[in-house]
Amino acid sequence: MDLFEYQGRDLFERHGLPVLGGGVAETPQEARAIAERLGGKVVVKAQVKVGGRGKAGGVKLADGADEAAARATDILGMDIKGHTVHKVMLAETADIKEEYYFSYLLDRANRTFLCIASVAGGMEIETVAEEQPERVAKIAIDASKGVDEAKAREIVAAAQYPAEVAEQIVDIAVKLWQAFVAEDATLVEVNPLAKVGDGRVLLLDAKITLDENASFRHPDHEALVDQSAVDPLEQAAKAKNLNYVKLDGEVGIIGNGAGLVMSTLDVVAYAGENHGGVKPANFLDIGGGASAQVMADGLEIVLGDPAVKSVFVNVFGGITACDAVANGIIQALALLSERGETVAKPLVVRLDGNNAEEGRAILDGANNPLVQRVDTMDGAAERAAELAAAGK
Amino acid sequence: MAIWLTKDSKVIVQGITGSEGSKHTKRMLAAGTNVVGGVNPRKAGTTVDFDGTSLPVFATVAEAIKETGADVSVIFVPPAFTKGAVVEAIEAEIPLAVVITEGVPVQDSAAFWSLNVSRGKRTRIIGPNCPGIASPGASNAGIIPADITPAGRIGLVSKSGTLTYQMMYELRDIGFSTCVGIGGDPVIGTTHIDALKAFQDDPETDAIVMIGEIGGDAEERAAEFIKANVTKPVVGYIAGFTAPAGKTMGHAGAIISGSAGTADAKKAALEAVGVKVGKTPSETARLMREVMS
Repeated sequence: MDLFEYQGRDLFERHGLPVLGGGVAETPQEARAIAERLGGKVVVKAQVKVGGRGKAGGVKLADGADEAAARATDILGMDIKGHTVHKVMLAETADIKEEYYFSYLLDRANRTFLCIASVAGGMEIETVAEEQPERVAKIAIDASKGVDEAKAREIVAAAQYPAEVAEQIVDIAVKLWQAFVAEDATLVEVNPLAKVGDGRVLLLDAKITLDENASFRHPDHEALVDQSAVDPLEQAAKAKNLNYVKLDGEVGIIGNGAGLVMSTLDVVAYAGENHGGVKPANFLDIGGGASAQVMADGLEIVLGDPAVKSVFVNVFGGITACDAVANGIIQALALLSERGETVAKPLVVRLDGNNAEEGRAILDGANNPLVQRVDTMDGAAERAAELAAAGK
Repeated sequence: MAIWLTKDSKVIVQGITGSEGSKHTKRMLAAGTNVVGGVNPRKAGTTVDFDGTSLPVFATVAEAIKETGADVSVIFVPPAFTKGAVVEAIEAEIPLAVVITEGVPVQDSAAFWSLNVSRGKRTRIIGPNCPGIASPGASNAGIIPADITPAGRIGLVSKSGTLTYQMMYELRDIGFSTCVGIGGDPVIGTTHIDALKAFQDDPETDAIVMIGEIGGDAEERAAEFIKANVTKPVVGYIAGFTAPAGKTMGHAGAIISGSAGTADAKKAALEAVGVKVGKTPSETARLMREVMS
């Protein structure tokens, strides 16, 4: 989960890191109140999870509360690269003398963590790495040793931060690592890490990604989810513990296993090329044990998407037996009509693997006009795409 | 002889008394796996019965190894306890630890991996978030269904579970030496490269199927490895060509970040080193069939 800048600022503050005072507002009135509290000049920043907001006009200076409210009015509701601005952060202004870069992140390839540190901040680190690679230091961090004072000094030396800020950055590096571990982050990026007029070093921006697998030990992270960005279908699926991602096509997809479902999306998209360009409408992995209940929940979500014109149920019976899956589908359709839902969209079902014959016989025996059985994945994808194109 | 798991492997199960652990212990036994015991500190000294096979429960992995000579542990404990279980397996120096658990925090995986490295990698870790490893007809450690395919001469390495089963099923008439599901997490113990190397060195494997998916650059690095080290034919498949950027597709590691980790980049890297990459699972199976004919 990626955090907004203001959430990152709050998190840094909670972990004792030096940040500027600030607050978040959803209305110009709230912006005015925060600006009054902060006093003097403030900066009003669009809260979007995408880069380049400054160039897009999403960051403005304001002198006093009235101007802050006016700038918030301008920025709220703006569209920045497809992201609507629902919130602005107001922060104290700083007299920036120098801008540096600092981050900790997961290094998948080396199965450890990495610190990237540079004296060149305020611009994309990828650009610096390309144009001035000698100014970007990469320091591997042993997951079991972490960053203590000695390691922090190694980082500061490698990055060649100026001597007058070295001690402050050593302290920041240690505390930032502690925050990284305590919050189960996979990325904390500070750009810029800035030296200001009075000589202090401050964290002036925050890009943070938290590990959702660790949410069981962070009940407080639930509150950080951006509800405005959550698709209502994704929300409904999450409430039912389903692994669902909304996409923008017409063929609803239900399968078992993340890899197989990803593969199903691809095969449907290829088939769609011959059928008016129809595409998969969603990713939905119902997991290993596809009970009737799970299948009913899954079908309810997928059929509830008005964009869906046909549904492709693609199951390989590994641990789950296909006869159980077939019964699940039939019972799910019955369950949905009992709930008063009209199911009118065609379902293409492909069952293979464990007890496939028995499963297919169950589907045939049920004789439901909505259910069509195709025995290969490619063939079923073709049929589902064809039906979706016809239903458009 | 297969890789890493043979008919002589002696398997213990960490979490043998839990619902998943006991369900799959039963299945592993039915597949002919030599399961010799389990670990659960609270039930140490008792035995568990599986259709007439009575297995001892030990307090620790070290004790289980001492009493049974176990050399493989399959781990079925909940995410909150997985790090502890894997650390215990590493400290007991079990040669192979298969971590089935899904949803392990990545800092925990990085921590046990770091411990394993500092101890000289005496334990091969497979997973987390994986279906395990199966050498058809010989042994089965994990949750891969044992009856999909008989033994044969194809080696298979994959990030995904059901996609592995699908491929095993498509090529069941040829058969497999070993199928390894390495898992879909960002940090995993055994990589595509480890499996490619082992298959290259395995006299019972003639060709290799490699299944990847979006996220990270493991497939790109595997391509470099193949170019330099693998002479046996390799056929590849990548899932997630149509996955949108920035969305996690089921597996914690399956996410395109910016322009990195796309299926197109992985396919191109593999094809550049002569690996034939199928567009769909069935086309991939067809390509392997051509290789084996």
